[in-house]
Amino acid sequence: MIYLQLFITFFKIGLFTFGGGYAMISLIQNEVVVNHHWVDAASFTDMIAISQMTPGPIGINSATYVGYAVTGNAFGSAIATIAVSLPSFIIIITIAHFYVQFKKNVLFKSAMNGIKPVVLGLIGAAAILLVTKETFIDWKSWIIFGIAFALTQWGKFNPIYVIILAGLSGYLIY
Amino acid sequence: MNIYLQIFSTFSKIGAFTIGGGYAMLPLIQREVVTNKKWLSEEDFLDVLAISQSTPGVFVINISVFIGLRIKGIKGSIVAALGSSLPSFVIILLIAMFFNSFKDNEVVEKIFKGIRPAVVALIAVPLIEMSKNMNLNRYTVFIPFITVILIVFFQISPIYILIAGAIFGIFYPYLFKK
Repeated sequence: MIYLQLFITFFKIGLFTFGGGYAMISLIQNEVVVNHHWVDAASFTDMIAISQMTPGPIGINSATYVGYAVTGNAFGSAIATIAVSLPSFIIIITIAHFYVQFKKNVLFKSAMNGIKPVVLGLIGAAAILLVTKETFIDWKSWIIFGIAFALTQWGKFNPIYVIILAGLSGYLIY
Repeated sequence: MNIYLQIFSTFSKIGAFTIGGGYAMLPLIQREVVTNKKWLSEEDFLDVLAISQSTPGVFVINISVFIGLRIKGIKGSIVAALGSSLPSFVIILLIAMFFNSFKDNEVVEKIFKGIRPAVVALIAVPLIEMSKNMNLNRYTVFIPFITVILIVFFQISPIYILIAGAIFGIFYPYLFKK
């Protein structure tokens, strides 16, 4: 049952997302590309590019996109999007009542200290896993990568402009 | 205006006008919720922010659920989450429906050949800033590297590594301190 699989997968992704959109990428990739083969690496990268250029969080965008890619209809998108949001409801509604105690909880703080460096690794892994034959087709890809990195890191360019410039150079050089 | 309608329109505005992930949304959320609508005080907002960041889940959905809950209970939280996710849902759905039909178009293919390596760069950039702010010591500095190796070479699910990280964090003070 594809809808049930989609629901379980995106519920899991929502439940184990810590630290924002980029940390989610390797989690989504592990489930969607490696485990279920729902989309290939190139389509996955395209989807992230589209997420970057359109409004809204990566988690919602990827759920909507993959839900459609897998089922071919809007209902699949809706199932995946609801599934990825549901853990937020359960967790936030549960802790909202005693959130002052929660903030000071020593056990929780210690667990977070161990999770934070893992999140850093998750983002690193996401970047490495996206370097494939489909995304880096030749040496020109690496030049685009280097320029995009420099513009964002040192030039403080807005990511949207970096994507637009990269698209434009792709059109001109290929 | 009906309060639910107000919540919905405020959060859909937030959802529709923020590009580039959750953290870009913060100033807009703060202005709408604290300054304009006065639904939360500045201090409440910071608490909501701290909790939403440290609990699992999509960051923006966490914030929307939390603020909606404070304004009008569970119904408020559903309306807020719907509002902030609906604009991106509609946009991405439209793109997904039509992207495949012009994906094989030569021009589109060329453009995406240029975009793909840039996306990888965009993901790599925050790593530098994050690792500076994390205050890793000689024990915890290995965690990010072990995580990368486990995922890239052994295809271990990030879920298990996160759980292992949490357990390590809990026992860390007993293992290494004093």
